[in-house]
Amino acid sequence: MSYILNERKNQVSHAGINADTVACNKPSLAGSVSQRACVFCGSRVVLYPIADALHLIHGPIGCAAYTWDIRGSMSSGPELHRMSFSTDLHEKEVIFGGEPKLYASLIELIDKYQPKAAFVYTTCIVGVIGDDVERICRQVTREKGIPVLPVQAPGFQGSKKDGYKVACETLFNLVGTLNLPTPKYSINILGDFNLAGELWILLDYYKRMGVHVNATITGDGRVDAIRNAHNAALNVVQCSGSMNYLAKMMKDTYGIPSMRVSYFGIEDMSDALYDVARFFKSDEMMDKARDLVRDEFQRLMPALAWYRERLQGKKAAIYVGGAFKAISLIKALRLIGVQSVIVGSQTGTPEDYELIKQLCDEGTIIVDDSNPVELSNFVKEKEADIFIGGVKERPIAHKIGLGFCDHNHERKEPLAGYEGMMNFAKEIYATAMSPVWRFTK
Amino acid sequence: MKPTYTSTRNACKLCAPLGASLVFKGIEGCVPLIHGSQGCATYIRRYMISHYKEPVDIASSNFSEETTVFGGNKNFITGINNIRSQYHPDVVGIASTCLSETIGEDVPGLIREYGEVNAGTHIPRFVNASTPSYCGTHMDGFHHTVTATLKAMAQAGTQGEHINILPGFVSPADLRYLKEVLEDFGIDYVLFPDYSESLDNVHTREYQLIPSGGTPVRRIEMTGTAKATIEFGTVFNKGAVRTKGPNHIESAGEYLQRAFDVPNHQMRMPIGIDASDKFFDTLATLSGRPVPEKYQKERGRLIDAYVDAHKYVFGKRAALYGEEDLVLGMVGFFEEIGVHTVLASSGGESGLLKREVDKLLQTDNDTRVVNGMDFASIREEVKALAPDFLIGNSKGYYISRELQIPLVRIGFPIHDRFGAARIHHIGYRGTQELFDRVVNAIIEYKQDHASVAYKYI
Repeated sequence: MSYILNERKNQVSHAGINADTVACNKPSLAGSVSQRACVFCGSRVVLYPIADALHLIHGPIGCAAYTWDIRGSMSSGPELHRMSFSTDLHEKEVIFGGEPKLYASLIELIDKYQPKAAFVYTTCIVGVIGDDVERICRQVTREKGIPVLPVQAPGFQGSKKDGYKVACETLFNLVGTLNLPTPKYSINILGDFNLAGELWILLDYYKRMGVHVNATITGDGRVDAIRNAHNAALNVVQCSGSMNYLAKMMKDTYGIPSMRVSYFGIEDMSDALYDVARFFKSDEMMDKARDLVRDEFQRLMPALAWYRERLQGKKAAIYVGGAFKAISLIKALRLIGVQSVIVGSQTGTPEDYELIKQLCDEGTIIVDDSNPVELSNFVKEKEADIFIGGVKERPIAHKIGLGFCDHNHERKEPLAGYEGMMNFAKEIYATAMSPVWRFTK
Repeated sequence: MKPTYTSTRNACKLCAPLGASLVFKGIEGCVPLIHGSQGCATYIRRYMISHYKEPVDIASSNFSEETTVFGGNKNFITGINNIRSQYHPDVVGIASTCLSETIGEDVPGLIREYGEVNAGTHIPRFVNASTPSYCGTHMDGFHHTVTATLKAMAQAGTQGEHINILPGFVSPADLRYLKEVLEDFGIDYVLFPDYSESLDNVHTREYQLIPSGGTPVRRIEMTGTAKATIEFGTVFNKGAVRTKGPNHIESAGEYLQRAFDVPNHQMRMPIGIDASDKFFDTLATLSGRPVPEKYQKERGRLIDAYVDAHKYVFGKRAALYGEEDLVLGMVGFFEEIGVHTVLASSGGESGLLKREVDKLLQTDNDTRVVNGMDFASIREEVKALAPDFLIGNSKGYYISRELQIPLVRIGFPIHDRFGAARIHHIGYRGTQELFDRVVNAIIEYKQDHASVAYKYI
């Protein structure tokens, strides 16, 4: 493993072999070619799906251009989130200040698009040139009568994960500012971003159980629903990295309990339903959840068995943004006969990595904040057949001749829920069994 | 008069470090380093990967709060050291960012210092491009980096028999075509930047840390002793507004002419017969050889195709958007086939587009020529102009879908189709491909909307 940079050696571990925990929560090493993005990115991806808000990026054009329509987060109504707005700072503003341009941009965009709220993302140079974004936001809030919220996300102020926290703080400023009648059995769904319509699958499940979903944060998100989020009885939190912090603040301030769930893989999906029923202490709800799970299992299991038979013995590498997702993937893969031999994430916590260690077979490589050099060596060493990752991992897998499953922001097939599990199996099968690999050996 | 906006809505441009990264990918053995926050490198990687479907490793010096306050020296050194131990590059191409420029990073100083401290070890060559994203677009970054690379590497000496080809921002397929043409002419050439392999590679089975391909440094050094330069473009980065630095911006070919007396043949991107003729004629003159029969036949087939399909395209109205030099190439081509360019727009901000388009069109044309456009404004223009088709990168798809106007995808980025790297735009053969695609897009639209499923056209 000589290819691993010295400073990164403690961020790589082997299940059952090294006792050390995986070092994480560290800034990426300069020159390492980390797969991570920045603070801005973290805040942007979390807030992005709020469909009736204006998302204005204050800075030069790059940050806005690269995040235009970046996530496949679907909306059942307005689609303002799919526009990319930027103050597009030029040298003149960098020298003389960007406040007048920010103010003028906000006014014209709010007048034209009539959003329910506006998020103003500050990028790297805004703090450096000294723009008082908070003051402008307060001023426009007063003038336009909608919440105009600064998202203080200069890219250099930490890592992507710090951006999640910034997003949570921004959201928390909205929570509690509106009171709507809210049914007793109501939950907020935190940390699902409605990629490929995944949220709508979950809404259907909860509806079948008699649970009212209050605010969805932020998939198919709406400003007013978020403002009313404090009236729910429970926060159900997926993608723990991005939303735990909001759940914690809501617990501290409004006393709303929260639970962590995952919707990937049938075990975790089922637990997510049972746990909610258990929380509400409703036998009726639990019965409905059991019925639902039974129905889905009866439909799913024979089909999955077919895939398991064919995929048995394949080895997978997982490298994704959040470690909680990686944990679900390990289980989902096991269900279809695939062993995870490399598991990594950009933003995992020590607890996540401990859990991964326990879940995985001996020798599995566990890695935090990896890079192309490491990943390409790992997959060769462990003789992986399939890689599960995002856009930046795809060419690594393909160049070596590995199957690849997209588990990224822009995917078009839902992977959550029971039908998501079916799609996942299909995609793994399609990539593992393609005849093209004959030409790459 | 339509309302003008202070903000940019759905940008039709990218930032300067992306252009720099493209050029660095066209140098053999080069790893790009973006001196700024981690996100810049990652976003640019992701954006390029989605187009080229190839690994694009770009390092970052990963600025932190501390770096921003105290300077990037430490991160720069760590970054270079880590790139060296992971990639063993021959060249490190360093692009600055809005952040590093705003805090006043002295990259040449950092490079000098690094060289002094590490004297005696095998240090890679460094190329430094100043690419703050608040100055111009990705094209400004691209051309600035081409010039910066030549400034860093070109050497004086006895004039050779080779020529320089500076094609600007074209596709890997375009680059491969240029090499084929030059080889068929028997001309020794330096093509720069050449990312025809590094961004459209064969299946390698191994992960090449630095993908093969790229113009070798020793070839770039020879640009100073070439007997001529051919460079495609008329706008380049000449509109980049900078309060610092020189007011007059030189293209790379102009630089070689001034610094090394290499005669510069500047021409529009060779799309269409006239522009391709100019390119091939120049090659014939420089090599003293006639245009090879293969290309005369390509030209002949293209004319034959123009004739066969002329009625399908005549009078059709096109809305065009993209990089200024590409737009100009396309306008010239459309003039040849009777397509009326109703909108020639670019996110570029040179202010030169109107002047250059007017040179290609007859006087009193009613073509809307607009610099500094974003897609929201393009959509408004398209809605008002009701063209028969849109032509440009894939980001115009949402306009095409909403307004039910066919889109022909060319240029960069193409994020929603395969084969973007293999789209061929230039020369007779490239024009042939574009022509077929334009004609078929028009026919397909008509056929799809016809009342019967007809089988002949």
